[in-house]
Amino acid sequence: MQLIETVELASAASSIEFTSIPQDGVDLVLKFSLRASDTGGYSYIDLALNGSSSNFSSVFLRANVQQATPVTSGSQTYQIEAGTTGDGATASTFANGEITISNYASSAAKSYSADSVTENNSTTASLAITAGLWNNTSAITSLELSLTPYNFLQYSSASLYKITAD
Amino acid sequence: MSETPVKVIVDLSKPKGQRESIVPLTDEEIAERDAQAVQAELDRQAEEAAQAEQQALKDSANAKLLALGLSPEEIAAITGA
Repeated sequence: MQLIETVELASAASSIEFTSIPQDGVDLVLKFSLRASDTGGYSYIDLALNGSSSNFSSVFLRANVQQATPVTSGSQTYQIEAGTTGDGATASTFANGEITISNYASSAAKSYSADSVTENNSTTASLAITAGLWNNTSAITSLELSLTPYNFLQYSSASLYKITAD
Repeated sequence: MSETPVKVIVDLSKPKGQRESIVPLTDEEIAERDAQAVQAELDRQAEEAAQAEQQALKDSANAKLLALGLSPEEIAAITGA
């Protein structure tokens, strides 16, 4: 697995986008450490591929500590069930997780998986796993994480890796 | 006046050290975010209401089981709570 690039935010930003992704890998892996400006403890991360947030389908399992419905599962048309630690969580804590996209440069539909855990030393904390499909045959050339309508806070980071065949 | 939100774009076609740019959102993007903020708040309120309803159902069920004579330990054993 080869690191393509890491970005760490010097100040808050609404999204992080990698463009012109090299096409010489087999799988893409994005590892992230994120904190959101949302005042809650959990915020959903949005994923866009090639600028698109359409034609996604996925199934997920989410566990929330200290909530009335501790485990939630289901299917969804949006991209990933992944959370980031909100700004209402314990100070200086970040969520971490990763997204793996198989055969990202191929002309087939793209399957992916994601997992994330939030960090919060009081009240609610969550973990989530997702398996999904982006039903689009274009090679993936850009990947964007966003948190609409919130911002990723300073020191949030994302690292993009490629897995090669050799 | 609040600061204009920005997005970070990492152009991997450029040499390392020159890839990252910070771009202010357009007025259109800001308007879209504002609309989504309203929807997000509605979604949050709906989720809170659903959680509260679920908790009320749980409390009600536990109270009925207690009234039937089950001990808290027995209730925990069958509900997993």
